Amino acid sequence: MQLSLRLKCLSVQPSRGLMDEKFIVLVQNALPGSQLTIRALHQCEDGHSWEAFGHYTADTTGTINVSEDPSIGGTYSGVEQMGLLWSFRPIPGSKSGLRMRKKNIQTPMEVTISVYQGHQTEGFADLVPLSGVAVERWYMAPGVRRIPVTEGGLTAALFLPSGPGPFPGLLDLWGGGGQLVEYRAALLASHGFASMAIDYLTAKITMETGKMVDNQYFETAYRVLQQHPQVCGSKIAMIGLSFGTSITLKMAVYSEVIKLSAAVCISGSHVQPVDGSVEEILRFFQKNGEKTRFSEKNEVIWRDLLLPIPTDPSLKVNVGRLQCPLLLVVGEDDQNWPSQESALDIKEMMARAGNSHLLTVLSYPNAGHLIEPPYTPHARSSTLKTVEIEEKVMCLWGGQTVEHSRAQEDAWKKMVVFLKENLYGGRNPTSFSHL
Amino acid sequence: MTQAVPPILSITPSRALVDEKFQVLVENLPPGCPVTLHSLHHSEDKDDWEAYGHYVSDHRGVVSVTEDLSFGGTYTGKEPMGLLWSMRPVPGSREGLRLRKINVCTPMLVNISVHSGHEDFRDRTPLASALAERWYMAPGVKRIDINKQGVQGTLFIPPGPGPFPTLLDMWGGGVGLLEYRSALLASRGYVSFSLDYLRSEHLSADVEFKYFETAFNIIRNHPQVIPDRVGILGISLGSTVAFNLTAYSTIIKPRCIVCISSNHYHPPGTTLKAGFKILSKYVLLTVCHENLMIIQIIVTNMYHRHFHKAHFDENNYMSWRSFGLDLIADPSNNVEVGRINCPMLLVNGCDDQNWPTVETAEEVARLLREGGKEHLLSRLAYPGAGHLIEPPFSPHFRATKFIILNSKKKVILLWGGHTKAHSDAQEDSWRKILSFLQLHLYHSPSVKAKL
Repeated sequence: MQLSLRLKCLSVQPSRGLMDEKFIVLVQNALPGSQLTIRALHQCEDGHSWEAFGHYTADTTGTINVSEDPSIGGTYSGVEQMGLLWSFRPIPGSKSGLRMRKKNIQTPMEVTISVYQGHQTEGFADLVPLSGVAVERWYMAPGVRRIPVTEGGLTAALFLPSGPGPFPGLLDLWGGGGQLVEYRAALLASHGFASMAIDYLTAKITMETGKMVDNQYFETAYRVLQQHPQVCGSKIAMIGLSFGTSITLKMAVYSEVIKLSAAVCISGSHVQPVDGSVEEILRFFQKNGEKTRFSEKNEVIWRDLLLPIPTDPSLKVNVGRLQCPLLLVVGEDDQNWPSQESALDIKEMMARAGNSHLLTVLSYPNAGHLIEPPYTPHARSSTLKTVEIEEKVMCLWGGQTVEHSRAQEDAWKKMVVFLKENLYGGRNPTSFSHL
Repeated sequence: MTQAVPPILSITPSRALVDEKFQVLVENLPPGCPVTLHSLHHSEDKDDWEAYGHYVSDHRGVVSVTEDLSFGGTYTGKEPMGLLWSMRPVPGSREGLRLRKINVCTPMLVNISVHSGHEDFRDRTPLASALAERWYMAPGVKRIDINKQGVQGTLFIPPGPGPFPTLLDMWGGGVGLLEYRSALLASRGYVSFSLDYLRSEHLSADVEFKYFETAFNIIRNHPQVIPDRVGILGISLGSTVAFNLTAYSTIIKPRCIVCISSNHYHPPGTTLKAGFKILSKYVLLTVCHENLMIIQIIVTNMYHRHFHKAHFDENNYMSWRSFGLDLIADPSNNVEVGRINCPMLLVNGCDDQNWPTVETAEEVARLLREGGKEHLLSRLAYPGAGHLIEPPFSPHFRATKFIILNSKKKVILLWGGHTKAHSDAQEDSWRKILSFLQLHLYHSPSVKAKL
């Protein structure tokens, strides 16, 4: 006769969610007190496999609730509702320096979550799970539309929220690695912002002519966004990470064309030759190249290139002239840019100029450079090919995984509220307080 | 030119299974502002369905469909899911429509928008809108067409290593193969087989019976199925199938059965299809000929005595309820449910106008009691609910068009139920059906019969 089968019921609610939404992972009908491993597996677009797992003990009702019960081992420990996502790491045997980034954001990230008998740490491929479910994580909410933008020589993608509009607009810039990185813009569109992701280092026009874009490129992007029938032209913000911060601050302060309602600068600096073109700014960084340091693992540390923060005003964006609210997000363990020192200097400059009421600084101990949307796996270092150097280098970004992941979650939440208040608000400042 | 900054409408989660709830929130409205929340769905049959509720924003400029009361519209009161279950065809649509998804691999798209004002809200463009996806299939569920040994149907397999407890999913008459409930059951952890049993003509009741037994064996032998954890779920005519197989088959031994809108009328020696055809013929004749004398001459079968019991309500919708009552009065026409030996859940709507399902359930209870097997039975009877008890948040149809088999004639059949009560019944019964199935099909063999 059939042995008494205890069929474990594993569920993940919701099974389809946006990248910044939480889920509840539940195991039911396990033997009370039994040891189980819950594991997440994901194969990214370039074919690498990533895993995360936690060790649990079923309670007296035979239940494990990941949002309430502690993991006592694995890739994360403690009560970590989303640990199965943010603690993802390449499976043993993978090459080093990997970073998980989704290129095609019109399809979901697919994660398989399974439960195994006992506390397992390796060899999962040879084990048969007790139960498994598939989970989809989306960057685009239903109804969000992606529109490629090529007018005015731009290489960009516009994401429009669903609905009649008009919507506040957002220009979204990434850093020195170039490419058209779309996922953050797609996610922000899912929150109601018409977001345009812009490639400004490896744009088609640059690849064809060999020339870097100039200031007008960004002003063109601004105009295209502003003139779109579904964009509220008087409510446009800019968000930049890393080198994208340099562009954002420069445009916010000096552009005659770009009039921002708000700016978000993540892991960046205001240090740059004022009035320099993109090319000139990059050359300025390269000039200080001998200040490059290396970690014991031979990872490149570039944070010193802009240190010490200059006193010469021609080498810093004059943030005292800023007229819109600015949110600075800083990882205190940023090994790639001196974002903490820059933030302190910005604060001082704005205090002296009398516009510090516009400034909000979010500074996170032990967070690194790559402060991404929530639950993005932390990469303390990864291989990078920038537009300046031909070969790939192993770049140290910094950050300790647990604190970095918390910083991502907290910063994102505050960033969305900041954008909503400055782009949608004005009527009821308390109306977004539930976020 | 200043542009007004619009309110923000959010649906959380924006992608969900059809039996999951969502929260609809509007922010950044002026305080104390009358608005209407409107849902719109364009069906596969190209009809438009809508629901709406009238709200007033609070002084933070927020409307929460989960927390606030609707003051009017297609639903009133505090109804988090009212924008789905109170949907009905838009004004000007054809009569007697029914909303059922045929392609379960894609989601049902519902557009929810907020308009200013209450009356005439339609005349104004929406202030904001968002799109929700409602899925019958969870990620990872596999859909497989089955055409084996003459048996046809669709199989749904949950994600994961398996094997899984399994359900045979039997629909009612006159509809063709509907997959959506099976897809949803697979999303809840059961291998589920939607069997097409009315499509082909079976030569005799024996051959038809064998068809079911063959289907059962095919499923039971599937590598992803746990052979001794197979149950049967049937609605309407499907419940007749469930009763019939469980009572008489030596091969089919379900671990439990669920009968929604129970029907145990199955004269021995007749096939379900033949019985259904006769019923349809009766309906056709009743619709075409008012002269009862002519009907009595034309139809020479056991049904003709009961024609005068056909009931048309004030809208000229046809009810089979009284006619059904007469038919089941003769026990020799009914499945001997007293022979059933497995746990059984009966779900009925007390306002069922299509079939005397409540009386049927009473009869089943009585027969089981007589056989000392009452402990096997659990019953749910919902006041104000009709015949078509579907998964939660599906719109309620009090009456729909029914195309009579092999003819072009249509009649509007009365199913019964009052929308709010019926929708509550759908929500409650689904939850209880799932927990009944989990108890008997997932938990360990020390079976507890009552919920």
